[in-house]
Amino acid sequence: MKTAGSAQPLIDGIEKVTGRARYSADLPAAHALVGEILRSPIAHGEIVRIDTTRARAFPGVHAVITGEDCDVPYGILPIAHNEYPLARGKVRYWGEAVAAVAADDAATARKALELIEVEYRPLPVYTSAQAARAPGAVPLHAEKPGNIEREVSNSFGDVDGGFAAADLVREQRFFYAEVAHAQMEPDCALAEYDPERGRLTMQSVSQVPYYVHLTLSQCLKMDPSAVRVVKPFVGGGFGHRTETLPFEVIAALLARAVGGAVKVELSREQTFVVHRARPETEIRLKIGLRKSGEILAVDAEVVQRGGAYAGYGIVTILYAGALIQALYRVPAVRYRGFRVYANTPPCGPMRGHGSVDMRHAFETLLDTMAEELGLDPFAVRRANLLEAPHRTLNDLQVNSYGLPACLDWVEQASGWQARRKALPRGRGLGMACSHYVSGAAKPVHWTGEPHATVNLRLDFDGSITLLTGAADIGQGSSTLLAMVAAEALGLGLERFRVVAADSALTPKDNGSYSSRVSFMVGNAALAAGKELQRVLTAAAAHRLEAHPSDIECVDERYRVAGTDRSISYQEAVRAALAGTGPVTVTGTYTVPPELQGGKFRGAGVGPSPGFSYAAQAVEVSVDEGTGEVKLEKVWVAHDCGFAINRLAVEGQVQGAVWMGMGQACSERTEFSVEGRPLRANFLDYGMATTMDSPPIEVQIVESRDPNGPYGAKEASEAALAGFLPAFTSAVAQAVGVQAYELPLTPDRLLEAMEKARTWKR
Amino acid sequence: MKRLLSLVLNGRRREDAIGETTLLLDYLRETLGFTGTKRGCDGGECGACTVLIEGEPALACLTLAARCEGRKVETIEGLAGTGRLSRLQQAFHEKLGTQCGFCTPGMIMSAEALLRANSHPDEAAIREALGGNLCRCTGYVKIIEAVQAAAAKP
Repeated sequence: MKTAGSAQPLIDGIEKVTGRARYSADLPAAHALVGEILRSPIAHGEIVRIDTTRARAFPGVHAVITGEDCDVPYGILPIAHNEYPLARGKVRYWGEAVAAVAADDAATARKALELIEVEYRPLPVYTSAQAARAPGAVPLHAEKPGNIEREVSNSFGDVDGGFAAADLVREQRFFYAEVAHAQMEPDCALAEYDPERGRLTMQSVSQVPYYVHLTLSQCLKMDPSAVRVVKPFVGGGFGHRTETLPFEVIAALLARAVGGAVKVELSREQTFVVHRARPETEIRLKIGLRKSGEILAVDAEVVQRGGAYAGYGIVTILYAGALIQALYRVPAVRYRGFRVYANTPPCGPMRGHGSVDMRHAFETLLDTMAEELGLDPFAVRRANLLEAPHRTLNDLQVNSYGLPACLDWVEQASGWQARRKALPRGRGLGMACSHYVSGAAKPVHWTGEPHATVNLRLDFDGSITLLTGAADIGQGSSTLLAMVAAEALGLGLERFRVVAADSALTPKDNGSYSSRVSFMVGNAALAAGKELQRVLTAAAAHRLEAHPSDIECVDERYRVAGTDRSISYQEAVRAALAGTGPVTVTGTYTVPPELQGGKFRGAGVGPSPGFSYAAQAVEVSVDEGTGEVKLEKVWVAHDCGFAINRLAVEGQVQGAVWMGMGQACSERTEFSVEGRPLRANFLDYGMATTMDSPPIEVQIVESRDPNGPYGAKEASEAALAGFLPAFTSAVAQAVGVQAYELPLTPDRLLEAMEKARTWKR
Repeated sequence: MKRLLSLVLNGRRREDAIGETTLLLDYLRETLGFTGTKRGCDGGECGACTVLIEGEPALACLTLAARCEGRKVETIEGLAGTGRLSRLQQAFHEKLGTQCGFCTPGMIMSAEALLRANSHPDEAAIREALGGNLCRCTGYVKIIEAVQAAAAKP
């Protein structure tokens, strides 16, 4: 292979380093009015009255909208649509959108917001799952008494028998702060409505332009064909932009109201309040082990504070249970999950969706139990390895499994056996494993279409344009898809252009979430590449009066194998276009039915055509006087099946590890008792800088998945979760304190060390 | 009240009407359409708007445009003056010092200021110089490698 497997800079990298890349806020918008949103000053209450008269009369104001202007609820799962772009009747979190204004400029729009009168009747505010579940609590949503959005209960294998047979059973509680995506680009949308044609064009920060398209047509009651969604450059997502977000619908409503263009640009604080990230989570976990370290039974209970609306909540609480499996052999699991509504911004999917907190709990308990049994952390993992192919109890199909090779490399590279026991007090080395899906096998909206579709368009000039609805949000998907197609065609990458995510041009795509693009859209690009190769080869064979199976393509010449008869690529293109005109081919991918999971309730969440694996070791030194932890180094091995773009795989794995680091060490949202966000900026949120970030050495492990494109699986999520337990394990070794609550900030670590000392005395 | 601002932007002398309280960031992005300089936060948190004023890094979101009277201001758009990438731009591109790209202009401008002052910085100096520029994609690993690679070029 020439292109696939190489290290390629991003196909759109030059735009990014020159400042020419236009993100949503950079789009020319001199013609656009400015949209501003009035936000609820309370976290829970009934809206008694809204009076917009004075705002409407204010000079420079072109439109004012409220909940009256959209009565179609939306959400992600078809069974859980319970959010409106502008609150109707009730507000459920601080900062929820209540009204919006389009005006000549931002200052005018903000003045107009002050003129909108809203009267609220306050209700009790619940900022914890516990408070929201307490007897007598007012339901946020009338149809959900007890504020339980979804309760999950399932059991696989003989759990009680497993615990009875175990040599060691331990149970532990864990607590995780809510974290945020904190992508660098604040939210922004530019909506343009053409009243003559009744058409809407939306340019926004979406990871899934298809959902935006669907939601806009539903909420605005427009035929979907009258909506066009275009994705400009997007400054990161990490899950924040998977759902359609309120400001996107608001921008569209305003644009229609004014009959023109409206730009809505959110502040950083407002972007934090949009949220949709990893929920505050409480876990109770019990594991039973044999003396050998073999896992016999697992019993877990998870409570997630999901925030005010459904969003992806059901998926998140299901993932937390489903992905207990498919990393190790687990013969019996009982899982109970509670997704709880509370008066905080809605949670949603975030890198490592659903798996991260549970993985910290699991690896941590496994580690501490191994220590009791006198087993090395690597040994206890090796006692529980799978062998591919393997079908888990909950019908997850593992077809490739590079975890053993990951473990071997991390153990060797970190100098584990020689160095760990020799480290002085205050210094520690910890390790852990983690995994993730390469795309959810069941799409959220079942339409009967393939899971992914890619078009390749070939015209007279010999250029090839790859058309995909998959959103490149910085992860490098456009580069990867071009590389796959170039490899399939045997042509140079420089022949390719990629048009990604413009609904007027590109085939619909289910979007950039759950790490589905490399695997699913990659497979579609491979199929499209092969099809165009067939077209060109057939044309060349016709010109050369040979059989297509005798044609080979070497260095952009099509040759009759074993002869010197050949034509150039340009001649082959001319031959292919003769009679038919420009050629567009389609490649698709559908997940085979046997990889789509089981039949039990909730079985749709967890199955994937490919599972990726990671192991990592983290070395820390702890200042016992201040509680400051210095991250010395991370060694991480990731099994991505096959690295189509080695440079991008390294970058993705480093980014994932580092995001895990943030959650482990410093990041958290926090709310006052009234539900007001207290850390809705980068500084208080606790995002690490270059000064706090460790060197991260990446080893790529290639297990060659039988179903992935050239054997590839995902590369950007699996390594995140493992950082958290590897880190807390390293701290435990350094100072003898095991963290069961994250983030492990210096003040918390100091307090824990103090408690440990008191306890010893 | 509007006033006239004369400055040298990316090597070109220009004169524009600005408000007394117009921020340099708004002048660049809204008045001129130089959108390479990014707004990533609500003021002074992220470094995405880093530009050079008289060769020194500055946050355009915390600088009044009027303060640039008569001064030389450089933005990311000025670095590839001849159409060819600067050594830092080339290195960020080739080493994947950019993923989503949103922090990249600010990151490159901070690194540019560093390399002008110290052509062979060690890793600690690079980390310190970029300490005010947040990135959410890379974990900074390949950003630091990119600056090292640029510094190593003749």
